Formats: sequence, C-alpha cells, structure tokens
Amino acid sequence: MANYSTNDFRSGLKVILDGEPCSILENEFVKPGKGQAFNRVRLRNLKTGRVWERTFRSGETLEGADVVDRTMEYLYTDGEFWYFMEPDTFEQHQADAKAVADALNWLKEQDPCEVTLYNGVPLSVAPPNFVELEIVETDPGLKGDTAQGGTKPAKLSTGAVVKVPLFVNQGEIVRVDTRSGEYQNRVSK
Amino acid sequence: MDWQPSADPGMLRARAGLLARIRAFFADRDILEVETPLLCEAGITDPSIEALVVERGISLKQPRYLQTSPEYAMKRLLACHGLPVFQLARAFRDGEAGARHNPEFTLLEWYRPGFDHHALMAELAELVRCCLGERPLHYCSYRQLFLDTLGVDPFTAALEELQTVARTRLDTGTISGDRDLWLDLLMSHLIEPQLADRGMCFVYDYPASQAALARIETIEGVAVGHRFELYVDGMELANGYFELLDAAEQRERFERDNLRRRELGLPERPLDERLLAALEHGLPACSGVALGVDRLLMLSTGVADIRKVLAFDWARA
Repeated sequence: MANYSTNDFRSGLKVILDGEPCSILENEFVKPGKGQAFNRVRLRNLKTGRVWERTFRSGETLEGADVVDRTMEYLYTDGEFWYFMEPDTFEQHQADAKAVADALNWLKEQDPCEVTLYNGVPLSVAPPNFVELEIVETDPGLKGDTAQGGTKPAKLSTGAVVKVPLFVNQGEIVRVDTRSGEYQNRVSK
Repeated sequence: MDWQPSADPGMLRARAGLLARIRAFFADRDILEVETPLLCEAGITDPSIEALVVERGISLKQPRYLQTSPEYAMKRLLACHGLPVFQLARAFRDGEAGARHNPEFTLLEWYRPGFDHHALMAELAELVRCCLGERPLHYCSYRQLFLDTLGVDPFTAALEELQTVARTRLDTGTISGDRDLWLDLLMSHLIEPQLADRGMCFVYDYPASQAALARIETIEGVAVGHRFELYVDGMELANGYFELLDAAEQRERFERDNLRRRELGLPERPLDERLLAALEHGLPACSGVALGVDRLLMLSTGVADIRKVLAFDWARA
C-alpha cells in the first residue's frame, strides 16, 4: 500500500497506526506563525472502535491500510463463522464473532450487508439500516388496542429483543431500524 | 467545476470594510502605505517556514521566492527613509493549509521607528479594538504563561520535563525533537485553547531560541527575545518584534537557520544580502508587527474556517 503524508490525511482515509487499521475522522493543521507545524488527528481504530486523538509532526507518513467496504449477501452461520457472498463474483467470506459483533442481532439470510475487509478478511459487518424480521415470542396482543400507548418486549427470529406496540402479535413480521434498535411498523406477509 | 467563490457577498463586503478601516487607522496616524515586490531573489532561512519558489520565466536569471512576509523589503525602506510604514500584502507559505491557514493569505505589516515592543503592542490593541470592538486586554510574558497554565518554566525546565507534561496530556506518538519543538507543541495544544476566553492576550518575551528577528536581552537571568504574539479569543493573530539592528548578529542567525535546515534535510536558502546591507547601513531603533488579515476577518464575522473569508480558497484558486 502507498504511504500517506499528514497533508494527505482526509476523513475516511484508512491507515495503519501501531500495527492496527484505523480510519481518519478529522485532521487539524496546527502551526504557530513562527514555530513547528503539527497535525492533530482524530482516528478510529477499526478493530476496537476506539476513537482518539493523536498529534503528528507535519510531513510524517503512515502506511495506507488495505481496507475496503463491500456490499455482500448474508448466507448463513455454522455457529462459529458467519458467511457472506459477493453478489457479482459469488466469492464467499467468513466473518468471525468479533467482526460480526452486534450485527448478529439483525442478520437475516439474503439481506445485503456492508462488510469491511482488511487485507481481504472481514473486519466488521454492518447490517442494512432497516431489516424485516419475524416475531417468534411476545405476549398476546390486546384486542382493539391499535392506536395508542404502551409497548411490550418481542423476541425476533434472530434472537434480538425489541419493544413493539401492544397490538403486534407473535408470527407477524416487523420492520426495525438497526441503528437504534427501534420498531418501525408491521409488514404485511 | 467549483468555479463559484468560497465567500458570500456579505463576507466580501465585510472584507472590503475591514480593509478600509485598517487604511483609515493608519492614515489617521500618518503612517505611509507602501507596496514592495512579492517575488524576490532571497527567500527565508527560518526552518519552520517554507517559501514557494518560482523556477522559470524569461525575466528570471535564477529562481525567485514568493514572499512569506514583506518584512525584509520594508526594513530596507526603513533603513533608507526612517518613516513609519505599513503594507497590506499577499504572502505565501508552502504546506500551510487548514481551518486557520491558507497557503496564500493577506498580511498587514507595519513598522514604528522609536517604538519598543510594548509601545507597539498598545498600538496593535487599538487597531484590533477599532476592527473588532471592545475586548478584555491581557499581557503575559511567555514564561509566566507557562508557569500559570502548566506549572513548568519554559526557560529552565529539562527537555524530559517538557516531554512529560506533553505526554501525560496528549498522545504524541513517536514525536521527538528539541526543546523548541516541545515548547511549540505545549503552546499550540495546551496553552492556546486556554486563551479562548481571555479576549486580547499579548504574550511577550520568548526564549532566545525563538527570537526570530527580535533583539535578545537578559532578563531575570535568562536570555529573552523581545518578540510578542497577540492571541484574540484563542486564535494567534499577530507576531511582532522589537527589531534586531545588528547586521553581524542577523547574519549569524541566518547562517544558524541554514545549519538547522541542513540537519533537518531541508533546502538551504540564500541569505538576503540586501537586507544585511541595509542593516549594515543602519536601521533606526524600531518595532514591527505582522497581522493575519484573513484571521482578523474571521474574528470580526465569527467564522471558524478561513476558507469562508476568502473569495477563492486554495482549492478553488
């Protein structure tokens, strides 16, 4: 991979710092009129998610990280790995639990997910912003209560638990925002 | 194509108004407006400032440097005529781009024969008030500022102590360097942000190693450069000197700069022999200051990004 100087640091650039792949969030050039130049850089460690700020001398370089984001179809899990497929090449990738992390609450077979590859290996997985999942367990609904107030927990086919309105029943399909984990609406089968 | 300006019409009007106000301020004081060449045979030796070089042209016998400030030419005027002068000039500094930097920018620079740096600071405060309105005014020596905010003496602390102060508060990675590097780092990262609510804050009497073109004197047992910086609302706005007059010492400082450049692997720069000849001839005792006009406009309009106060920022130029 190419080397990047502090002048090239832009939001979104992926670099290797202390051996870890990082994404640059912000780069602030700091220089007194009569003094040395620095760059205050906010970074996210792509493995741990940690965000922090480091100061570099202007002109320092970092090696670029081979990190790419691909939209892939989620196939299945064997309990140890989660398998994803590139839709154009049919190439399959296996992601471990660390890479899948919280996304596993929302993975439904055949859904398109954003898979971040580091040196060709899945580093993280982002589910679609909205997923449609079946309710496998919830208390019976209250008759006639279709409009207002009150929620109850409902367990989805993935195992995730979301709050749904009282009128929603077991066996129904609901749409959920994966970023907030919030119920959106019922989906007709 | 990003052909549109980066500043809106209101900002262009604010800029024009600010320039008119500055000119009126100097006209009232009978300070002469001058213009000096932008493209000069001598560059700047200061290792922390890089000039842009113009390499080719029928008129060029050798490469010329776009000025990083009009200082040398103005001092030559001063050595000859002894008149107080000011200039609104474009200046260029390679590699300086960010929210507060544009590689091409506008400097207001002026020189006052007979003034020491304290008299010039007072006049600068008047100018800033005239452009920005009332602001609280503070004066603090560089030494006192470090003692008050970080509890460390910038003149006597060991290099390791400066490093420790920085490293306990910041992630400085693999940075290494001399005292001045760590002092600059502490100043820009830890002290500057604390000046945000101090209005106009003058910092004066820098370590001799950071004197640049200021005269050096021994005060309270340490060598200090009679240099000052003005911070307004935490933003560095101006830098001034009680000017060095001694041609031989000036030559030594230029040569030391080039030595440092060699150590850092930077290109050495030809000395400005015309400036040195003017100092040889004799410069009247004077103080001079350079102020970033684009930053003054940022402060007067409450804008945090320099690109918004430029008709066309670097990327659109």
